[in-house]
Amino acid sequence: MQIDLRTVSITPLRQTFDNIAARMGTDKPASRYIEGTIDVQPQANFHYRPTWDPEHELFDPSRTRIVMKDWYALKDPRQFYYGAYAQARARMQETAEADFDFVETRGLAERMDGVARRAALDFYVPLRHVAWGANMNGAFQSAYGHGTAITQPCLFAAMDQLGIAQYLTRLGLLLGGQDGLQAGKQAWLEAPTWQPLRRLVEDTWVVKDWFELYVAQNVVLDGVLFELAYKEVDVALCDKAGPIVSMLTRFQSEWFQDANKWVDSVIKTTAAEGVANKDLLGEWYVHWRGRVLEALAPVARLALGDAGDAALARAAATVNARMKKVGLTA
Amino acid sequence: MDMKASKKLGLKERYTLMTRDLAWTPTYQAVKDVFPLTEYEGIKIHDWDKFEDPFRMTMDSYWKYQAEKERKLYAIIDAFTQNNGHLGVTDARYINALKLFLTGITPVEYMAHRGFAHIGRQYPGAGPRVACLMQSLDEIRHAQTQIHSLSNYNKYYNGFQNWRHQHDRVWYLSVPKSFFDDAVSGGPFEYIIAIGFAFEYVLTNLLFVPFISGAAYNGDMGAMAFGFSAQSDESRHMTLGLEVIKFILEQDPANLPIVQAWIDKWFWRGYRVLTLVAMMMDYMLPKRVMSWKEAWEIYAEQNGGALFADLARYGIKVPKGWEQACKEKDHLSHLAWNTFYSYGMAAPFHTWAPSEKDMEWLSAKYPDTFDKYYRSLWTHYAREQAEGRRYYSTTLPMLCQICQIPMIFTEPDDPTKIAYRESDYKNIKYHFCSDGCKSIFDLEPGKYVQSWLPVHQIHQGNCFPSDVDPGKPGFNPLAEVLRWYRISDGIDNRDYADSPDKQNFETWRTQATGN
Repeated sequence: MQIDLRTVSITPLRQTFDNIAARMGTDKPASRYIEGTIDVQPQANFHYRPTWDPEHELFDPSRTRIVMKDWYALKDPRQFYYGAYAQARARMQETAEADFDFVETRGLAERMDGVARRAALDFYVPLRHVAWGANMNGAFQSAYGHGTAITQPCLFAAMDQLGIAQYLTRLGLLLGGQDGLQAGKQAWLEAPTWQPLRRLVEDTWVVKDWFELYVAQNVVLDGVLFELAYKEVDVALCDKAGPIVSMLTRFQSEWFQDANKWVDSVIKTTAAEGVANKDLLGEWYVHWRGRVLEALAPVARLALGDAGDAALARAAATVNARMKKVGLTA
Repeated sequence: MDMKASKKLGLKERYTLMTRDLAWTPTYQAVKDVFPLTEYEGIKIHDWDKFEDPFRMTMDSYWKYQAEKERKLYAIIDAFTQNNGHLGVTDARYINALKLFLTGITPVEYMAHRGFAHIGRQYPGAGPRVACLMQSLDEIRHAQTQIHSLSNYNKYYNGFQNWRHQHDRVWYLSVPKSFFDDAVSGGPFEYIIAIGFAFEYVLTNLLFVPFISGAAYNGDMGAMAFGFSAQSDESRHMTLGLEVIKFILEQDPANLPIVQAWIDKWFWRGYRVLTLVAMMMDYMLPKRVMSWKEAWEIYAEQNGGALFADLARYGIKVPKGWEQACKEKDHLSHLAWNTFYSYGMAAPFHTWAPSEKDMEWLSAKYPDTFDKYYRSLWTHYAREQAEGRRYYSTTLPMLCQICQIPMIFTEPDDPTKIAYRESDYKNIKYHFCSDGCKSIFDLEPGKYVQSWLPVHQIHQGNCFPSDVDPGKPGFNPLAEVLRWYRISDGIDNRDYADSPDKQNFETWRTQATGN
């Protein structure tokens, strides 16, 4: 049975804003994602050249070598506008909070096998700095990228990475206290194992082409590192000491699934635009894959010993397969 | 509201581990290559760690609280929409204030989002970087909650449908647009003084309170809801603005004159944008909250006065244009509404002459000026309109090179004389509405000769659709500019009395309230 409630119905003059109707037709209302995203960035008649970049307009498609007829083709399959984004992350943090709470109230960290605990601290704590680096890069893409469809999720990713750095900080505090964090930072700054990765992160900070930075950070570094850290290393630690670390890194593994949907779609649409884009993406991908694998090799060995190389290769193969599926031939 | 890191850690210590402790000084790349924009404005920062975090919110609590706010807000918007809430506003004239908001304010919320992302990448200090990025995220929230709240009005009323296109083109919308373009194109320190301090801290109450209280007074729960929902974000932003200015001033005495010059500039620039708010308050709200003059006295003269008294210990003085702004409070809204009434063809919202009852209110609120200088104007217009000659100016006004408002302002001490100022730069003359705007130009002429002045652009032939030939006989420049603006003549513009909005509102309200 259906209850048929009546409301006073008035025929609207139009369903949505004219720019959106021009793209999607006049006959249907547009979603909140579409109305809050499409064409929202100013495109024309900027008043002044930025004093910090007089070669470009305030928003300028030529800040990347990638060329798109319509930058709003890069829609986010998750349809994240602010409200949808905040609510999705709030749900994830609620789960993560429950997991942290479970580990804390049961005293699971204290009861964790000492060797495994040390291994988790040594590997995961320095990664909070990698996430900080990713936050810098997300801010860069959001500031200098083109079109709200891409710059909006770039800021969301930047803030997600800040959240990840904070979850890793909590993991460090829980398993090793402040000393654990300090030791991790020391290793990040000085230990030979971490230097290639730190060099890589600092090198991404000076990349000027925001789309190249997207490939370096969101496709390659996140792609390979999250496979390694939250699948390979996680499974190995779980085998040794149970799922405590899996619980403390649950946010990251869920986030990675979520982010990949978006990253794959961005690369797919950009590559499909034409051969020049596809070649350029391929070139960047190969370059940064080389850099990332080199930087992660000692870190993978730190966590997994002799099995590190194979685990890293598997992680890279997964990203390769993803990229092949969305149209990169490299 | 922090992550439960460890019971032994204090709140401040814990927050430090969650933010600044994540950062490090790069060694594989030079600091100046990673943060290339920190020196060129002349601001000297010796120790970024001295920055006091204005609020301590980690991302997990941010998501949690913001998601809760979003759920509530959208529930209200949905209820308002479902219940035809737009028919409950005092009078459809009110809806024109919302058109002004969506075309004029929402786009600059978006610009604030991008601007804060920019400085949130560029500051070498982790503390302010995180605070700026959080503000960047809030600002896209504000842009989108406004679009979503006003989306329902767009379905029933004319003048919302081309907000994005019009913000980049229509003559008076270059006032807020050039303001924000100016801030974002400045350096990262100037930006935060301009937006974080001068706008968010000193002037935001004069922008936000009038619009949102206006919504509350006029039965608009939709717009009221996004305003109230943004309130706690705004208070974080205000705290950031204040912490930043104190931090910069405490870092080096050489920063004082630079900061003072920015305060002078951005106070004046922001104040000129508020001209639009002044006329909205006094002329566009069917049920008024308070007069512009009263708002100015409370939020500027009292609150702002106390703020500058507080900043005096750093050597900061009241901004240069302060005194003139106080003198103008008796005139601003009247001059502005007269302009919009006269150019009522060229704006995508409706204008009207105040009724006799409106004029009683204006006269009571402006006892020294309304009857003396402005009433006769409206009586004249009303008479003309009653005889079928609604006045529309068909000329183009001269614009101030800086604020881009038509040259309508009178001399601070002579309300019968229009103020004109000018400067020469590379053998070309530039015109200004005031000493404040002239001095902004004189400090940085190379920047302001670039202004995209809508009237100049029309004269240069840049504001016609590409399918017309201005050289052909019978070419109608005004009609073509309106077409280029995407203003439907007779529908989106002109007098409220003749508008489809008025007619529709009356029909629908009758339909909704009886059989």
